[in-house]
Amino acid sequence: MSTGNMNLTLKVWRQKNAQSAGKMVTYKAENISPDMSFLEMLDVVNESLILKGDEPIHFDHDCREGICGMCSLYINGRPHGPKRAITTCQLHMRSFHDGETITIEPWRAAAFPVVKDLAVDRSAFDRIQQSGGFVSVNTGGVPDANEIAIPKVIADEAFNSATCIGCGACVAACKNASAMLFVSAKISQLAMLPQGQPERWSRVQAMVAQMDAEGFGSCTNTGACEAECPKEISLTNISRMNNDYFSAKLFREEHVHEHGTSGE
Amino acid sequence: MNLDAKIPAGPLAEKWDKHKFNLKLVNPANKRKYDVIVVGTGLAGASAAASLAELGYNVKAFCFQDSPRRAHSIAAQGGINAAKNYQNDGDSVYRLFYDTIKGGDYRAREGNVYRLAQVSVNIIDQCVAQGVPFAREYGGLLDNRSFGGSQVSRTFYARGQTGQQLLLGAYSALNRQIHLGKVKMYTRTEMLDVVTIDGQAKGIVTRSLTSGKIDTHTGHAVLLCTGGYGNVFYLSTNAAGSNVTAAWRAHKRGALFANPCYTQIHPTCIPVTGSHQSKLTLMSESLRNDGRVWAPKTIAIAEQLRKGTLKADQVKEEDRDYFLERKYPSFGNLVPRDVASRNAKEMVDENRGVGGSGIAVFLDFADAIKRLGQEAVAAKYGNLFDMYYQITNEDPYKQPMRIYPAVHYTMGGLWVDYNLSTNVPGLYALGECNFSDHGANRLGASALMQGLADGYFVIPYTLGDYLATIGPKPVDANHPAFEKTKQEVVTRINTLLALKGTKTVNEYHRDLGHIMWEYCGMARTEEGLTKAKGLIQALRADFWKNAIVVGENEEVNASLEKAGRVADFLELGELMVDDALMRKESCGGHFRLESQTEEGEALRDDEHFTFVGAWEYKGDNQPEELHKEDLNFEFVHLTQRSYK
Repeated sequence: MSTGNMNLTLKVWRQKNAQSAGKMVTYKAENISPDMSFLEMLDVVNESLILKGDEPIHFDHDCREGICGMCSLYINGRPHGPKRAITTCQLHMRSFHDGETITIEPWRAAAFPVVKDLAVDRSAFDRIQQSGGFVSVNTGGVPDANEIAIPKVIADEAFNSATCIGCGACVAACKNASAMLFVSAKISQLAMLPQGQPERWSRVQAMVAQMDAEGFGSCTNTGACEAECPKEISLTNISRMNNDYFSAKLFREEHVHEHGTSGE
Repeated sequence: MNLDAKIPAGPLAEKWDKHKFNLKLVNPANKRKYDVIVVGTGLAGASAAASLAELGYNVKAFCFQDSPRRAHSIAAQGGINAAKNYQNDGDSVYRLFYDTIKGGDYRAREGNVYRLAQVSVNIIDQCVAQGVPFAREYGGLLDNRSFGGSQVSRTFYARGQTGQQLLLGAYSALNRQIHLGKVKMYTRTEMLDVVTIDGQAKGIVTRSLTSGKIDTHTGHAVLLCTGGYGNVFYLSTNAAGSNVTAAWRAHKRGALFANPCYTQIHPTCIPVTGSHQSKLTLMSESLRNDGRVWAPKTIAIAEQLRKGTLKADQVKEEDRDYFLERKYPSFGNLVPRDVASRNAKEMVDENRGVGGSGIAVFLDFADAIKRLGQEAVAAKYGNLFDMYYQITNEDPYKQPMRIYPAVHYTMGGLWVDYNLSTNVPGLYALGECNFSDHGANRLGASALMQGLADGYFVIPYTLGDYLATIGPKPVDANHPAFEKTKQEVVTRINTLLALKGTKTVNEYHRDLGHIMWEYCGMARTEEGLTKAKGLIQALRADFWKNAIVVGENEEVNASLEKAGRVADFLELGELMVDDALMRKESCGGHFRLESQTEEGEALRDDEHFTFVGAWEYKGDNQPEELHKEDLNFEFVHLTQRSYK
């Protein structure tokens, strides 16, 4: 079924499950078309493995259009591969050359344990958001949407933070496996908008506490996260989060209560 | 079987209010005694789970992805409709209702659609309160744009990722309830069956996609919010994991499947490049606001374009056929999706298609760039242009996009009444999973609206009525029905794992997709559909003999997951063909070549087909039984749709 003329050598991390040890295994990817996406290239390899009765290489993927944040490959030492501002599913084989050897690993971070092969457990991100990444409003009983006027520049900047797809490339890129870019983007979006103000100070403390509890490392302002982020989330978010965090800790202690526990 | 849609009597505008008052309430102190199962965490599922938990019910929510945030609602690009009339351009609840009924080619229920238009305004309020960053004007108020099938600007949007922003809003509400302990979330968990006791849904059977463990879960009600079945075509704009399994298992337990042949082929997708292709990528319909669709006037020019000896921007103005503007002067490029798709196909059938394969037409932004400047065009559509460039390696600022229709959405789904209840008491279907609001064709920016309407503003009312009726007595987890259903699931998994043939499951899926696209795609005939039925039956029989499934149950096993889903698609495909054969008229996305006007437009047969076709499962390899729910139009006069 392959139609192309590229032949590649793949070095792929194989690991049965979280408990077992993993290792690099070498595969050939033959007759690959430059128009294939990276995941389609892996599909081709997997089809040939299945035909031999072998287990396919497991990787996370779903939407294949760069928005669900599920795909997560560490390709030749870079999250989502060599190109800027795209996810693995949007990476095409024309970005590689015939005969190349490609190394494929999972995200590497203690807080992201391997599920199998190239798939990792990113539920830590969900738990951080559960700790406070919301505005405590119930369904119904909210004001008309146009009663909340928001200056366009603020709305646009909040949107820039909101584009984060939660893929975890920032953690994978960081030498400390810090989740600061992800967490700060989530905090910034709500901290900039009027809807987020009532819980602004408790939110930042709750989410930072959960981030620390999950075992992510500290930020040392290297900027690898920003460079590798498929949605180009800016380091400015981290400054904003630090500012809010210190402000909350130093001056706003009286406002702090456990986040979001009011009401059923 | 009597299909009672339970549409309340009375004037359109009063139906829902009156119905809400007549529904029974559950005492606040009793709500915590009820367990509700929600399967799927897209817009419908996440909003339903959060809203029901806020009311005090105990919710168990399930998704197959690693996080509820990744459900495929996330990929919706263009926007969400609401009858706010913020633009003072003549919009109203009635106009949104009317446009939706007309867009659906008069094959949806008036009562449902009117309610959808009514609650649309509440959705926008809710999302803004959650912090969803919709696009805004310089004055700080919300911006709108227009979308296909409408002559007013009622679409709210968040750049090209409205779906992600709305889903993140619903996901944040869901997270809050998980934090409060009112929702228990099960990720990487797939529903494989519904458990019924005395004809009522009382639970589900699931498989953990990490450990393979098969579990049963009890609930006073089960809500399926599991999306559509477009992946039956193999290539579609759906996510790789999108599947029909939850809905199909429910169908085999007695829930009727309505209008399965109503599928939406979206006009503006990036064309197929080769057999390796695993998915098709949509380019938002909003692009048709500024992009002009055209094909070369002559086959000779088309041939030069296909060979690459002529570039699109070198084609002279008089050699271009802006066919939508020519044929539909009042709607132009903004005709509904089914009309735009069929016209693109017509160009290709006339051998005027472009691109290497000849299976594409142009979507051209040169005029918009001239009029607005490249910067303004980039601000509106930049991320879509980038995505197009990424996939095709062509710069759409310099050359027109090549586009072609692709399967995008399924209007059919589980039959539900006005309360979103299937005919199996206690089993509900929300969002794309049900059939209810879009008739034979969905208008752009209406899927997000319907998913959130069902989850935020309909089910919280209608579910209470059922729960109050059955009472809060706990469901008996030791009832033999749970163990029996679980064993049936285990047997099926073992049968799949025993398949050690010579053909991969993916190849069966691709073969099924070819059959569906060829014979049950944009144009359908009696002859083709009859042929397809035989081909699908043969393919299905072959699957159960010659497919290969590797690995074992007690581990992560993508091969097994895919096999179960494709096995269900192989059954659904035949039902779609049966439905398309039965419906001898053309309507909306269902185009029977035998039924067209002199100008080649879809020709309905209102006398014989103004009904919902709801199919009942009768056993493996048995013909399904058709039940008809007549559609009564009290308020809208049925006319031939015209967008001229």
